[in-house]
Amino acid sequence: MSRHTITVTVNGEQVSREVEARLLLVHFLREELSLTGTHIGCDTTSCGACTALLDGRAVKSCTVFAVQADGGTVETIEALAADGNLHPLQEGFWEKHGLQCGYCTPGMIMSAKHLLERNPSPSEEEIRWGISGNLCRCTGYNKIVEAIQYAAGKLAEADSSEEATS
Amino acid sequence: MIPGAFEYHSPATLEEAVALLADAGGSAKILAGGQSLIPAMRFRLALPETLVDINRLRDLDYLREEDGTLAIGGLTRESELESSAVVAGRYPLLADTARVIADPLVRNLATVGGNLAHADPANDHPATMLAYGAEIVAHGPAGRRVIAIDDFFTGLFETALAADEILTEIRIPAPGPGAGGAYLKLERKVGDYAISAVAVQLTLDGDTVATARIGLTNVSAVPMRATGAEAALAGNRPTAEVLEAAGKAAAAECDPSADLRGSVEYKRDLTRVLTSRAIAKAVERAKGA
Repeated sequence: MSRHTITVTVNGEQVSREVEARLLLVHFLREELSLTGTHIGCDTTSCGACTALLDGRAVKSCTVFAVQADGGTVETIEALAADGNLHPLQEGFWEKHGLQCGYCTPGMIMSAKHLLERNPSPSEEEIRWGISGNLCRCTGYNKIVEAIQYAAGKLAEADSSEEATS
Repeated sequence: MIPGAFEYHSPATLEEAVALLADAGGSAKILAGGQSLIPAMRFRLALPETLVDINRLRDLDYLREEDGTLAIGGLTRESELESSAVVAGRYPLLADTARVIADPLVRNLATVGGNLAHADPANDHPATMLAYGAEIVAHGPAGRRVIAIDDFFTGLFETALAADEILTEIRIPAPGPGAGGAYLKLERKVGDYAISAVAVQLTLDGDTVATARIGLTNVSAVPMRATGAEAALAGNRPTAEVLEAAGKAAAAECDPSADLRGSVEYKRDLTRVLTSRAIAKAVERAKGA
């Protein structure tokens, strides 16, 4: 059995742990770091509930070994709210009723975050395409699309007011 | 589900990676994107004793057009094909394929090289690379060699790669004047494998199809070319009758299995329809090129 000491920057904080090579990133986040916002849904690389950002890319954390994150950065849903204020994506899901049971929500939001970072003003079609790796069994997706549109608008507003004041 | 235990190595150089594979003598698997391997390990369908993680070989992550060839590095992610202006502009067959592989999250990690080296007949790139007449570059203890795509797939999940060789590059000949291509896939939902899919790459000489290569996805145990359909097309004007004949030829020569995606009859008929539609789309693009 091979064990390895890994150092990963998770939500801005550097952590080191000795892990078994076969430990999946999602188990590292949930069990070693107690970051249980990242959910395990299907455990078969199908549902996207475990989506986190690895080196800036949205990935299924059940389909990456923790050792692969050694030296890298991971961002999870816990990183989004700052100083008690919701991130525009979280606010969008709140305002537009983008969730019912909430199980897929952290994954949806992390996928949407990656999408908006690459494409700040996506069309509805591009949003639907962007979250097509994340399954939701409650909402029928319409409210999720609206939540992401809300966040895109909010982020664009924040950008333009930053430009105006700088 | 927890994968079985294994020894893990993440070499920093290609030479080191090849040496690790040679030492393991066939008991190792290469970890690239891991999007097929890790699910198989979780189900314990794959129980490799050793994993050689090539993700630190960043030199293998590239996509460039040079000397009449599109060179794709062995570690290039599917998502990089999707966002490439060169691929979108000049390689429509490849662009069509990249956007229907699995889902966006998987494509952020999955590699083109892994999609080929895994040699799953349900994977999408085998048919596409067969249609392009691509070449596979491999590195092993004896150095570099080039394998024609027609010689690459040797069995179900089997390729011409030796256990101590790493796929380092895929080389696609740049399409010339009058070239067009298309990939058409029917899947039950995003992320599923194809019920059937057809890759077409052809060139037009005036009104006539001068050359055509056609690859089929998930309708045979080994990724295959539809040579009968190619023969029905080459040298002919792409009329409705010729397209139908090519579709019928593909339906006859493919060898699907009945499974939860459909019966043999259904898959053959779907292959017929997708073949003629993919040819029509490729012709349309060739005319616009």
